[in-house]
Amino acid sequence: MAHTLDLESIVNAFSGKNVGMGVDEKALISTLGNSHKDHRKLFRKASKGFFEEDEERAFEKCHDQFVKHLKLEFSRFNNAVVMWSMHPWERDARVVKKALKKGDECYSLIVEVACTRSSDDLLGARKAYHSLFDQSMEEDIASNIHGSRRKLLVGLVSAYRYEGNKVKDDLAKSDAKILAEAVASPGEKAIENDEVVRILSTRSKLHLQQLYKHFNQIKGSDLLAGVSDSSLLNDALLCLLKPSVYFSKILNASLNKDADKGTKKWLTRVFVTRADHSDEMKEIAEEYNQRYGETLAQNIQEKIRGNYRDFLLTLLSKSN
Amino acid sequence: IQEPAKQNMATLKVSSHVPSPSEDAEQLKSAFDDLTFDFCEGWGTNEDLIISILAHRSAEQRKLIRQTYHEACGEDLLKTLDKELTSDFERAILLWTLEPGERDALLANEATKRWTSSNQVLMEVACTRTSTQLLHARQAYHARYKKSIEEDVAHHTTGDFRKLLVSLVSSYRYEGDEVNMTLAKQEAKLIHEKIKDKHYSDEDVIRILSTRSKAQINATFNRYQDEHGEEILKSLEEGDEDDKFLGLLRSTIQCLTRPELYFVDVLRSAINKTGTDEGALTRIVTTRAEIDLKVIGEEYQRRNSIPLEKAITKDTRGDYEKMLVALLGEDDA
Repeated sequence: MAHTLDLESIVNAFSGKNVGMGVDEKALISTLGNSHKDHRKLFRKASKGFFEEDEERAFEKCHDQFVKHLKLEFSRFNNAVVMWSMHPWERDARVVKKALKKGDECYSLIVEVACTRSSDDLLGARKAYHSLFDQSMEEDIASNIHGSRRKLLVGLVSAYRYEGNKVKDDLAKSDAKILAEAVASPGEKAIENDEVVRILSTRSKLHLQQLYKHFNQIKGSDLLAGVSDSSLLNDALLCLLKPSVYFSKILNASLNKDADKGTKKWLTRVFVTRADHSDEMKEIAEEYNQRYGETLAQNIQEKIRGNYRDFLLTLLSKSN
Repeated sequence: IQEPAKQNMATLKVSSHVPSPSEDAEQLKSAFDDLTFDFCEGWGTNEDLIISILAHRSAEQRKLIRQTYHEACGEDLLKTLDKELTSDFERAILLWTLEPGERDALLANEATKRWTSSNQVLMEVACTRTSTQLLHARQAYHARYKKSIEEDVAHHTTGDFRKLLVSLVSSYRYEGDEVNMTLAKQEAKLIHEKIKDKHYSDEDVIRILSTRSKAQINATFNRYQDEHGEEILKSLEEGDEDDKFLGLLRSTIQCLTRPELYFVDVLRSAINKTGTDEGALTRIVTTRAEIDLKVIGEEYQRRNSIPLEKAITKDTRGDYEKMLVALLGEDDA
């Protein structure tokens, strides 16, 4: 009972607004775990942000928010490990299902899965979907989403793109012209254009790369500079043409200290789903470094703590 | 992976004592080299021998023969067949010898190249195959044509046809028997409303037909019949006869619910046309012999009072006729 309570260390071991994600399990074990019950009482009394004094009944009550927050932060590592152990197909099927349930703001995850996986991996996710949810991915998406977004999303998840190296340049050029006209038309949103949906959801990635070159020449502007009002369409283009840019942007958003609960979860998703593809992970890390000045590893080291951090760094090092 | 033929529905007859692939390959080689002189057809290939072998081997066996022939003779069997045989018979042998996935890819590719609004082959391939078979076709398409089937279909079709056809060829339907009756009721109602207003190419109609499992679709149309007292296909009969999209829609529904009836219809018009439509006849016999040609034949007889084999032999001749009859399991081999 002799040692004084290192209040600051304990508070830092839990994460909070300015302290990043995950929980410093080691610090908690050595400080809180080692503490005497009177010390913990002092801790509770001193941590107004976590506990509230119930004077009438003489105890310090835990804020609901604190409990929720802790559960979330403790489970980051847990979720990452569970996701990592799953078969990639099951992972992706579950990501899509969750995105559908959450609604609007999460539809970009469907684009991500549909556009950044190989043809066989996307197909695998569709098979897993049959097995997990007793229906096809496309029917679930189609019955829950309407209008132009439905067409695009169903088209993207149904694709079984050619992955060889044959490309017809004249076709890429004519598709580029069509796309150029579609994004130029005032008012009409490009996402509603059937030709745009056709091109994005049926052509091979190599064909699209060729198209990209032609587009930039024809229009004199960058197709990836956000040509459409539809963020879903822009995401699709980025995922299909420059997935490492897409992923590094997402990672940056998730590591931002002002990121909301949902955005922070992207970190786990990107790491766990991309770490098996060491080439891609390497590209993402390089892109991140170029764009944001720091290395991904550095940023994680600073902003994440505990087992969660160690796990992410381990996944990252697989690609080196 | 070849799906096992449902023994009671297929017509293919394979004897229990099948020679080894190399023996078969030898025989085929000799069939090509055979200088039998036929007074009617001159020097030529021994087509009977070819039929007696190939028409009585399963897909897996045909694949092995093709491999062995290639190893032994240095040439693809199909290339030799192409050189040695003529038109209808050759076409039948070609389609028959290809693996089912490659066959479907070939049929689909031809259909896109000469697509017209009356062409229903793309829909036929997309809707009468299992999810796995359709997938094999898509894989074979990549390998053979260096493109995806959906990009070709999208590129060569337009308007409502494109919407429907691209969705159909891209589907990867759930294949379980589970049915959601509430959903079936809702969707039956929705379909009824749309077709009442003649919105045949409505987004939701296409969505339902191209994404739902076959079990679910069947349940939906059964529900439709219960609610409205008539079958969906009857309701759709009231449309314009020249409306090709409506025709395609009807065939789609038929293929998804009662494919054997669709095939009977196609066979009937193929055979009765003045001058048989050999293309359709060959296609159906070769693509269904290992699947459900027996059931189709039974249904054909029921509706036309004449056995399918008889209708075919009345309208075809020579080696082509012999090949078809063999695939129907009606020859003496």
